[in-house]
Amino acid sequence: MSVKGRVWKYGDDINTDVIFPGKYTYTIKERADMAKVALEDLDMEFNKNAKPGDIIVGGKNWGCGSSREQAVTCLKERGIAVIIAKSFARIYYRNCLNEGLPIIVCPDAVDAIKMGDEIEVDFDSGVIKANGKEFKFPPYPEFVQGLINDGGLIPHVKKSLGLA
Amino acid sequence: MGKTFAEKALGRAAGYDVTANQVVTVEPDWCMSHDNGAPIARIFKKIGVKNVWKPERIVFILDHAVPAPSSDHAVNHKEVREFSAEQGIKHFYDVTSDGGVCHQKMCEEGFALPGLIMVGSDSHTCTYGAYGAFSTGIGRSEMAAAWATGKIWFKVPESMKVVVTGKFKPGVSAKDFILKFIGDVKADGADYMSVEFHGDGIENMSIAERMTLCNMGIEFGAKNAVCKPDHKVLEAIKDNAKCDCWEPLWADEDAVYAAEYSYDLADIEPCVAKPHTVDNYAPISEVKGTKIHEVFLGSCTNGRIEDLRAAAAILKGKKIAVRTIVIPASWTVYRQAMKEGLLDIFLDSGCVICNPGCGPCMGNHEGILAPTEVAISTANRNFKGRMGDKESFIYLASPMTVAASAIKGEISDPREAL
Repeated sequence: MSVKGRVWKYGDDINTDVIFPGKYTYTIKERADMAKVALEDLDMEFNKNAKPGDIIVGGKNWGCGSSREQAVTCLKERGIAVIIAKSFARIYYRNCLNEGLPIIVCPDAVDAIKMGDEIEVDFDSGVIKANGKEFKFPPYPEFVQGLINDGGLIPHVKKSLGLA
Repeated sequence: MGKTFAEKALGRAAGYDVTANQVVTVEPDWCMSHDNGAPIARIFKKIGVKNVWKPERIVFILDHAVPAPSSDHAVNHKEVREFSAEQGIKHFYDVTSDGGVCHQKMCEEGFALPGLIMVGSDSHTCTYGAYGAFSTGIGRSEMAAAWATGKIWFKVPESMKVVVTGKFKPGVSAKDFILKFIGDVKADGADYMSVEFHGDGIENMSIAERMTLCNMGIEFGAKNAVCKPDHKVLEAIKDNAKCDCWEPLWADEDAVYAAEYSYDLADIEPCVAKPHTVDNYAPISEVKGTKIHEVFLGSCTNGRIEDLRAAAAILKGKKIAVRTIVIPASWTVYRQAMKEGLLDIFLDSGCVICNPGCGPCMGNHEGILAPTEVAISTANRNFKGRMGDKESFIYLASPMTVAASAIKGEISDPREAL
């Protein structure tokens, strides 16, 4: 599988509160509605204009802070194809796998990509193509790949319990 | 080669010897959820399993917006009550005088115990390391899956050793130390790691102070943070442990660490985290005189009786200059503060006292900031928009520093108010 998309680039330590504000945690219940407030306290341009297939590129520690899964759900529902970062905060990392939203850790690619770039990510060969350069990223561990293949944790659990 | 705490705790739960970077699947001893029990219940129902794996291992504590400030919140609470009744959840702390902030209750009520594996659908679940538990925050889907299967996977984390010696000087507290530490290692300093606090500096601390340290573990990326379960912990749990499945565990002397730091508490001075990141450290001298509009004393980080005592000692006989919201972390703390006359001290000085809960910490209610307003808070996060408006500013500090600041209406050095 490969995806091509426009990049929204941000810096280090982007926290869950600016990805999905805490004041909405118990007032917004539908997944589609979560997408509407995505990145509201970080970047209103994204909030208004992000399109399905777009790609987010962040610095180190993307998604630090709260365990709120809506900070992943709101981007998945917005149609974000993949998040590439120098590193992810650990609960956010797990939430992405559990939601079936692909993420890639690739510091060199992050440094080479700018806001608005069109880039391509080939998951099968583990390559990001950006600005005429190629950046390799390692495959997921096997059990993580299993989660992603099943579309996230809940479908994975249903399958393992014979309820799919 | 010796074992770290995380290797021992996860190995005990897995039933075999484990080492860092190995992936294990374990059964959690406790699964804690707060108001988000409702959305988790909705995800759980999608899985298609009728009953949770063990209703007696699940804990619900309503705290994020209590009593419900809107009908959306009320519906949320209603769903938690209904699910709890339907599934026979025994440990349910509703909006009653048994309640309070979830992490405070988990410790007060004897759920937090040495050696246990504790997961919570809240990032500050790492607080229970103050009692020697391996505790960590997880997301909603993961909690729903844990309820359904009784299982959760962990990569056994590498560990960081923080050796703390000595004692604080007057006017300095555990909050100052942890803000200084986070300023040094930064917000991702312990990403994916288990953080162990060692040394006589920790032994000298109360459990309340250790809770402040472990609570803030997530603010520098830790998977879990933990202190040695010493005689203070064993004394605290002897009459109210919620199960007998605990066991004091601690790292071996020759355990291997990915990073090591050492601090002398006598070197720590009062400080703040400036807006908008927790690692934006500044000594009090740098920000002294900054005009503030609101003071918040409370939260799972610093809403305990020890925190209220420290603030009250400074506020006694003084008047506040800006609105000051005091929220004890639980009704047990509230009642104790009442008995000790602390609530009178707060009221005499002009503070508002709200019911135990999370209050304005994540922008739900009870002290939302207006655009351009500045708050000083004892809570754990100062992210942009955290207390409600993205054009407001939050400084994080200790109970003593916020109390001294309340009196002057500007950020102040608590050492001058003692």
